[in-house]
Amino acid sequence: MTKIDMTQILGDFRNDLPVSQEGLTIVFSPTSVPLKQRWRNNGLSADFMADYFSTFFPGDEEHTPETDTQAQVKNAVSFIANELLENAMKFNDETSPQPISIRLQMHSHRLVFLATNSVNPQDAEKFQAFIQELISSDPSELYLRHLEKDVEDNDEGGSGLGLLTMINDYHAKLGWKFDTVETNPDAVAVTTMVQLTV
Amino acid sequence: MEIKSKDYSIYYDSVTETVNCHGSLRLNGMDEYAPIVQLLNEVADQEPSTLTLNLRNLEFLNSSGINVISKFVIKVRQKGTIQMVVQGSKRIPWQGKSLKNLQRLMPKLQLELE
Repeated sequence: MTKIDMTQILGDFRNDLPVSQEGLTIVFSPTSVPLKQRWRNNGLSADFMADYFSTFFPGDEEHTPETDTQAQVKNAVSFIANELLENAMKFNDETSPQPISIRLQMHSHRLVFLATNSVNPQDAEKFQAFIQELISSDPSELYLRHLEKDVEDNDEGGSGLGLLTMINDYHAKLGWKFDTVETNPDAVAVTTMVQLTV
Repeated sequence: MEIKSKDYSIYYDSVTETVNCHGSLRLNGMDEYAPIVQLLNEVADQEPSTLTLNLRNLEFLNSSGINVISKFVIKVRQKGTIQMVVQGSKRIPWQGKSLKNLQRLMPKLQLELE
């Protein structure tokens, strides 16, 4: 069988980010506790990241909630980190011993999220096709199209809704890196990068 | 009609024709949302003249939950007989950002953010 080169960068993925001192990484070993039993951990981890990073932003009781940076950052981090973790857990290749990780780091005027999990090569191809659709479409129109597509069909399919919400409602920039895993040539590691301007 | 857990509750008050949502909804995909979808479908099938969806105490909603609420709004729109009101809170940032999308799905929907 010909080996497909899975190394690919799509969307707005920055390889040249300055080394940041301030950051937080949480790592999950996929084999220690079954996915289903740890679902609640996604929200807990996301809320912890949100709480932790919100202390770097000024809170102001006098501001309305719409202009209170601390409240806005906290809520945005919580939503984005939770979505990234849910996707990583959902699409992770269960046969792979590679850990799932999420990292959040701070740069001037932006927060950068990096979520990594492994996928099997077939799923990686499907995901790449979805990303191509995402980056070549109007995200706002694609959002409505996904919802209207089949109202009776409650399967959310590729669950692109979370990614589209990050783009449309949080004005985040998204990018992906697909990489082969050195220790396991059959696995592909996918890293999703989300850049949020604050 | 009521669905309740440690993290959230959904309650339909048939007197005020209001669905009240509380807490944090971050369930795992459509399988776990199925009982909530069923409750919402039953409410839509009753075709109340005015239907209020009160989200003012819903602190968190994941994208699967956004999917559920959006499809509920589409279902209500398709009935063609229901006036829909969505109540949100400016205190909860995700609502200020995302609830306007419901109006795009149903232009006649009345959005009350306070």
